[in-house]
Amino acid sequence: MVDVVLPESLRGVEPVRSVRIPARLEYRYTPGAASSRFLRGIAEKRILGERCSVCQKVYVPPRGACPTDGVPTAEQVELAHAGTVVSFCVVNVAFYGQEMEIPYVTANIRLDGSDLPIMHLIQECPADEVRIGMRVEAVWVDDADLGPTLESIRWFRPTGEPDADVDIPGEGVGTGLGSWVGGTAPGEGP
Amino acid sequence: MKRDVAVISFAQSAHVRAVDSENEVEMLMPVVGDVLGAIDMTMDDIGFTCSGSTDYLAGQAFSFVMILDGVGPWPPIQESHVEMDGAWALYEAWVKLQLGEIDTALVYCCARASAGDLPMVLTRQLDPYTAGPLWPDSISLAALQARALIDAGKATEADMAEVAARSRRAALDNPVAQLAWDRPAGELLTEDHLVAPLRRHDCPPISDGVAAVALAAGDAAGDRCRRPAWISGIDHRVEPIHLGLRDLTESRSTRLAAERAGVHDGPLDVAELHAPFTHQELILRDALGLDATTAVNPSGGALAANPMMTAGLVRIGEVASHIHDGTANRGVAHATSGPCLQQNLVCVLEGDGAGGRRR
Amino acid sequence: MGKDRVAVVGIGQTEHQATRGDVSMAGLVREAAARALADAEVSWADIDAVVIGKAPDFFEGVMMPELYLADALGASGKPLFRVHTAGSVGGSTSIVAAQLVQAGIHERVLTVAFEKQSESEAMWALSMPIPFQPPLHAGAGGYFAPHIRSYIRRAQAPDHIGILVALKDRTNALRNPHAHLHEHDITFHSIKDSLMLWDPIRYAETCPSSDGACAMVLASEAVGDEAAAAGRTPAWVHGTAMRSEPTMSADRDTVLPLGGAQCAAEVYRQAGITDPRRQVDCAEIYVPFSWFEPMWLENLGFAEPGQGWRLVEDGATALDGDLPVNMSGGVLSSNPIGASGMLRFAEAAMQVRGAAGEHQVDGARLAVGHAYGGGSQFFAMWVVGADKP
Repeated sequence: MVDVVLPESLRGVEPVRSVRIPARLEYRYTPGAASSRFLRGIAEKRILGERCSVCQKVYVPPRGACPTDGVPTAEQVELAHAGTVVSFCVVNVAFYGQEMEIPYVTANIRLDGSDLPIMHLIQECPADEVRIGMRVEAVWVDDADLGPTLESIRWFRPTGEPDADVDIPGEGVGTGLGSWVGGTAPGEGP
Repeated sequence: MKRDVAVISFAQSAHVRAVDSENEVEMLMPVVGDVLGAIDMTMDDIGFTCSGSTDYLAGQAFSFVMILDGVGPWPPIQESHVEMDGAWALYEAWVKLQLGEIDTALVYCCARASAGDLPMVLTRQLDPYTAGPLWPDSISLAALQARALIDAGKATEADMAEVAARSRRAALDNPVAQLAWDRPAGELLTEDHLVAPLRRHDCPPISDGVAAVALAAGDAAGDRCRRPAWISGIDHRVEPIHLGLRDLTESRSTRLAAERAGVHDGPLDVAELHAPFTHQELILRDALGLDATTAVNPSGGALAANPMMTAGLVRIGEVASHIHDGTANRGVAHATSGPCLQQNLVCVLEGDGAGGRRR
Repeated sequence: MGKDRVAVVGIGQTEHQATRGDVSMAGLVREAAARALADAEVSWADIDAVVIGKAPDFFEGVMMPELYLADALGASGKPLFRVHTAGSVGGSTSIVAAQLVQAGIHERVLTVAFEKQSESEAMWALSMPIPFQPPLHAGAGGYFAPHIRSYIRRAQAPDHIGILVALKDRTNALRNPHAHLHEHDITFHSIKDSLMLWDPIRYAETCPSSDGACAMVLASEAVGDEAAAAGRTPAWVHGTAMRSEPTMSADRDTVLPLGGAQCAAEVYRQAGITDPRRQVDCAEIYVPFSWFEPMWLENLGFAEPGQGWRLVEDGATALDGDLPVNMSGGVLSSNPIGASGMLRFAEAAMQVRGAAGEHQVDGARLAVGHAYGGGSQFFAMWVVGADKP
């Protein structure tokens, strides 16, 4: 590094180590057509997924496109308010902005009739009893408090039904390269 | 020796002040459908995909991640993203095609400049310790540049009004333009200044819009496109961000990029310049050495629609379209980034007849 | 047309710390870049182009900061290019820079990646509320913890594997003077007893948040030959690959993503590798949470599906094992996010140059660098060797 020679008047002055520069910008967020359809349903206590006309998969919440086929998902599908835990996390840290009692459980929940899990909370059950395959159902806020947000579902709770088999992509087969020797990766070539 | 690469398809959305009903995925999908559909291709035919955008436009970190879902990247694809205008995404794709491993590429941009207060958002590009805290908006910085140009005797407000009048008149023939009208330059000069010496007509609109380009190399281009727009040269250069370190009345980086891209190797039928402000077109014309034989911004340019991070790619697409439909044989496209033309890309496109393809 | 050879002839990195309050952003990138240039014995004027990468701009609060950094990086009058591919960006930036040489466009390219998370609130940048969408409830750890739980179930892996990985990486970091974390008192039990933040992820199995930068000089075959002749061993690039997959696909395997496997298959194909476990001497892979080591070992073909954790348990991935992994201490010991991928690529190059100092693997001649990003959906890899490809 080059030594900087300061003018006489600045020698001995305490160097500036940092400056605080607050910045504020406001943005207008546009959820889009598919999300708007979904959120209007939530406000009516309905969970509306959307089906891809090519692969027939049902996405919830819909984003407007099938990410596999790159086509709009036009057909609406009303989904059950119950589903199966695909995987989960027990949270023991007070995450910024959250006011949850610790520990709490966040889970990937695949609603019956859909093909992609949503992430939500699981409550009304000790954290150490949550398991993959557990059947859960949505607990909604009071009707008067329903709004166009997933927070209209307070959390999910166990239904008490027997555990379900969950089909997790890759499980049982695996898309690791470990089974590959000699040039062909899974899904690439013959 | 470079590999011959051509723009074989271009599509864009209508550019509007604000898209209210669709998210970025929904905005992008139809344009990708158009650009590939026009050449009878699908994502399965694409070897490499690259996009350009910036999080500060959307106001969300990782904003490009979800947008990718709109092209249906499954099975997994070769893909990259630049935090730059889509013209630079096209540059990355062009480099990738040079390696000879793939023959086709898709480049796309999706701009929602309406989400924030754009002139204030752009202040966040400046030196964060010295200039940023002063929040100098992008129109004021452009006005400083225009003032320097006028004071140097290189342009007048009347010259700038002529650019505005010509661009907005040309935009009347551009169905996707946002701002188009026919008013004489003399009348424009009677209006008040917005930020002196700039009047409202000297400034670009704020636009939401989408653009996509398909590229192909060698024979793959001719297979899909009757008149491919061959990229005979492409180069980009940057200058320091600090306005005090630059002569704002000229664009040295554009001049250098133009030399490297071979702009002067033949006559130019058309030029699409990414000049958001009228005086910047005058600076760019000079840097590119354009004369009256070249039609400048027949689309209306960024003065007719200026989707941030997309407008540069649109310039390349517009020139390519003129070659595709035979209304031009050789043209130059330009893209810019940063305050007062800090960074510039120059791309020369040629039809078969103009020697765009060497073999 | 075609691919020219490309060599890594200079490498530099900063001292990574939670807060590099002694330097500005420009000072940080300049520190890494100057070291890379000195290592390559070239001057700023010798550089033809600069390729820079970093993760979201909200981390520092500067939009497209490469514009402001242009003069600090000596880029005035040159091409300056900015890559952003989420967490894999340090890797993809290196690859974009390498391609400029491979395509014969430039002779010497400076590539730089950085993050200065202390300049802003990184947690704030990642947790900006998006209206109408459910809050994530738990940050990045909360997102990846279910993937890890799925892996443990699928592979029937014992609980202590994650602890062993963390112990190995943090111990390796003690040999790396640039590493952010130097935990001299770390033990198996200190990790085991650390707070279970996002079950199954413990605090001590989680990456830190760092300020730091990494830089490399990538050069043509002629320049690489000159360096070799002068006794400055270059690392030769034998293969590069990138793959991306969607965020929301129903077909996606989040434990062993198809994109990761295909990325590895492609880079091995280019490098002529048919048996990675035997042919690769060491690997520097992107492990932000300890359990990702066994997951990526499987995804990248170093182990059969479900068997990656056995390599960890057997000590195969230790510095003295037969496949050392994350010799530098890895992302678990230093995590300047935008630079983390390039640090992996650079460590692989340092190893085959024999320049990794105290964390050198004896006789390393072929090494893998790996980075990933997003929700395990963006992948970048390279293979570098002591010999010309």
